[in-house]
Amino acid sequence: MYTQSFSVSDGQGKNAGPNAEPKAGPKPVPVISNEEAEKISAFEQKIADDGRIEPQDWMPEAYRKTLVRQISQHAHSEIVGMLPEGNWISRAPSLKRKAILIAKVQDEGGHGLYLYSAAETLGVSRDKMLDDLHTGRAKYSSIFNYPTLTWADVGVIGWLVDGAAIMNQIPLCRCSYGPYARAMIRVCKEESFHQRQGYESLLVMMRGTEEQRAMVQDAVNRWWWKCLAMFGPPDADSPNSAIGMRYGIKRFSNDDLRQKFVDATVAQAEVLGVTLPDPDLKWNEARGHYDYGAIDWDEFWRTVNGDGPCNKERLTTRVKADRDGQWVRDAALAHARKRAAREAKEAA
Amino acid sequence: MSNALKEWPLWEVFVRSKQGLEHKHCGSLHAADAPQALQMARDVYTRRQEGVSIWVVRSADIVASSPDDKGELFEPAADKIYRHPTFYDIPDDVGHM
Repeated sequence: MYTQSFSVSDGQGKNAGPNAEPKAGPKPVPVISNEEAEKISAFEQKIADDGRIEPQDWMPEAYRKTLVRQISQHAHSEIVGMLPEGNWISRAPSLKRKAILIAKVQDEGGHGLYLYSAAETLGVSRDKMLDDLHTGRAKYSSIFNYPTLTWADVGVIGWLVDGAAIMNQIPLCRCSYGPYARAMIRVCKEESFHQRQGYESLLVMMRGTEEQRAMVQDAVNRWWWKCLAMFGPPDADSPNSAIGMRYGIKRFSNDDLRQKFVDATVAQAEVLGVTLPDPDLKWNEARGHYDYGAIDWDEFWRTVNGDGPCNKERLTTRVKADRDGQWVRDAALAHARKRAAREAKEAA
Repeated sequence: MSNALKEWPLWEVFVRSKQGLEHKHCGSLHAADAPQALQMARDVYTRRQEGVSIWVVRSADIVASSPDDKGELFEPAADKIYRHPTFYDIPDDVGHM
């Protein structure tokens, strides 16, 4: 589950939106050696030629930092994303839906692992990344700071949230950093199952009772705008977009991907028989796209900055899971050491 | 236990997708020991019948060539085009060779 709203910075400092931070003055230009300049130009040429960068290759510090931030936020989002859906495993309406949901939540854990591994190739440790998440220094997708109130939310998350994630993730399969691109290919293959199972479970509910249909519509109403915000702030207000574009990490702008998502979703909503809650949503013949209404960015930034309905609960649950598992990790390591020592003694 | 040793060591995972094909690198994971690495590789990398056999190897045990040696190691092959079959012109009459 990836969103381009990762173009926000980590850290305790508030991301108060586009207007909050005063523009920094011109930074002093550091003097660089000839050798350094050659490395930079070789690197930039490789990016311009659509080449791939591998872990052992030389890379500018800004490239490494951008990747570490984006990949670790992406990984965090996968494992925090397990929580809202995990809540429904024990309450799934049938054994079939329960098995599907368990498989999906397990996939999200796997996606987290692929991504943490990709980030580790950049020299940051798994423990450090988790520590940043658990202490609130690192961000994760704010979509998971909203509650999953009914069973229909589980379907809508698959259809819309994972649908938005797919839009974001497909271009990343061609991103300039090899390990990230390879992880994304794997993730995208699995993500398609996530979206289809969600949509299909909603189809079943729409063929059910009036009450079930109302439940689906209610869930769509609550999630639609949040999904549009997942693509991140408008291009003009997205501070990290430019650097991601320059380095071949990001291939499309936030607004372009958001438009693609809207255009793709309208027909799916029609087939499903739900209304997307936007009176301004209409086909624009001249643009060849659907127009849509204004997104509430204040709410987006409030949630990013920690004041969403579930921010505290998600982090608390995540920290507790980590703490509860500590003795298992310690015991496994102690066991492995003991056995290695015993084998060494026997061999001597 | 020192902090550096608290993290499980890193393993590289190689999966054979079917009999007759080679094991291919597919990613990495942390595990306390080899049996656990195998079990976790199964859970993480073969949930959809992607494999029939798994190798795991400690990442620290892999010896790799350095990117700095790329030129020295691989460029000498570039001007030896006579090592390729297409270097040789054979009359069409000969047929497939």
